[in-house]
Amino acid sequence: MKLTQSDIVILCKTLIHCLALGFLSVYYYLAIIDQLGGDPVEAIIHFTGIGALNLLLITLLVSPVAKRLKQSWLMQCRRLLGLYAFVYALCHLANFIFFELQFDFSLLVAEIIERPYITVGMAAFVIILLLALTSPKIVQRKMKRNWQKLHNFNYILVVLVCIHFYWSVKSEIIEPSIYIIVSAFLLYLRRDKIKRWLKP
Amino acid sequence: MIKIKRSYDLSENQVTDESVYNNRRQFIKQMGFVGAGALLSSDLLAAKIAHARSADEYNRKPITYSASANKSLDKLTPENKVITHNNFYEFGSQKDQPAKLAKDFNPDPWQLKISGECEKPYTLDYQDLFTSFDIEERIYRLRCVEAWSMVIPWQGFELANLIKKAMPTSKAKYVAFKTLYDPKRMPGQKSRYLGGGIKYPYVEGLRIDEAMNPLTLMSVGLYGKTLAGQNGAPVRLVVPWKYGFKSIKSIVEIKLVERMPDTTWNILAPNEYGFYANVNPEVDHPRWSQASERRLTGGGLFSRNRIDTKLFNGYGEQVADMYQGMNLVKNY
Repeated sequence: MKLTQSDIVILCKTLIHCLALGFLSVYYYLAIIDQLGGDPVEAIIHFTGIGALNLLLITLLVSPVAKRLKQSWLMQCRRLLGLYAFVYALCHLANFIFFELQFDFSLLVAEIIERPYITVGMAAFVIILLLALTSPKIVQRKMKRNWQKLHNFNYILVVLVCIHFYWSVKSEIIEPSIYIIVSAFLLYLRRDKIKRWLKP
Repeated sequence: MIKIKRSYDLSENQVTDESVYNNRRQFIKQMGFVGAGALLSSDLLAAKIAHARSADEYNRKPITYSASANKSLDKLTPENKVITHNNFYEFGSQKDQPAKLAKDFNPDPWQLKISGECEKPYTLDYQDLFTSFDIEERIYRLRCVEAWSMVIPWQGFELANLIKKAMPTSKAKYVAFKTLYDPKRMPGQKSRYLGGGIKYPYVEGLRIDEAMNPLTLMSVGLYGKTLAGQNGAPVRLVVPWKYGFKSIKSIVEIKLVERMPDTTWNILAPNEYGFYANVNPEVDHPRWSQASERRLTGGGLFSRNRIDTKLFNGYGEQVADMYQGMNLVKNY
């Protein structure tokens, strides 16, 4: 049996669904039954946060890889990866509000204003929310050129997420530093596009 | 001897009977393995279930002590959380790493040296830690600067007794503490990646009156057994009105000194971690609001455990007078 290109895309998308949802449900299950170490709240916040960043970087990796390997079908999986980055980010924020702050909304507002790393994190969330809301093809068609302008904010998003991660740690800067280097490399690959975008 | 009940004391009946506790552990073990087995095959995820590991795996031995006759409404943090959720960068900077990487840490033989501005400096060997002073139980709240807290039954002796034995001179204004430096046994000291890039050996300090306060404990055990490596075996400090990082672990040296000693987190980020580090809901850390905290007890993701933080972690009655006239916002 020979697989057509659309079969491969379907397989790839199915795999993305299984992995992204699989990890998420396993972690939530373990957190709910109190099997994620001493502090399941911290564990699930950390997992969804790092997960969102990983998915964001994988999303950014798609087009350079597709170009280099000349596998254009890969591009058809990019939106799904981006949407899962959003799902993880949404869970990350929801975990923070529901389980860390336990619905103390006045504390949430205070934290967003007073803690720079949370301010930056919220700004990043607003961007990824807008990107997710405008992801349907119909919206893309309606927005025309503005759609691309908005989705270039992806580059700002990745920078903000790295800062958010870097500022959130106490002293363990090696892990966030690795993410910063990888992100910088992914942005470097797009240097021409970013230059054009930044020019008035 | 008449035992005086104090407001900070917690009740003995909250220390779960050991047989009940063992059964509970057995139950969790089965739950954990059945639940995990059904769901996972990956080692990575299975390793997350550090909970199922029993306390005995950490070479902990029962110790004898006089029980406390205390009273409080605080619910104890389960033993398995106390021994699997640790900030001890010498064994890794992730909370679950110390329990794994300190599993084979053997604290015997050990030497704890008491020296400096005193007439009779001396050294305690491993056995001396359990026999030189009367060991009693203290149930204390432990408040971490990261805004989580636990309630832990410690066994130990007052630091004051240890210091008095050395006969401090009038020059002894501060007490400096040092953690074991042994990169072979403490992987975080060897690798920057594991150890969070902080300077080792870990050092801490107290003012002499803080060190002599009856609340200040040298702990050699928790939940009736010797300390696990990740909790600071064989001997650690417990200063319940200060943030957890003041409670230095695996101590090898106590020095009575004239000047305020260096402290590890203060060296690393002086604008975030002061020398005093008294629990204070009014003074925020740049990264964490200190107005409230999450009490780690049990019950998983949905347990409602956010509570207001109290000044001096609720021990103000016993310690506030030491800070009379001090600006606690400046001296954080």
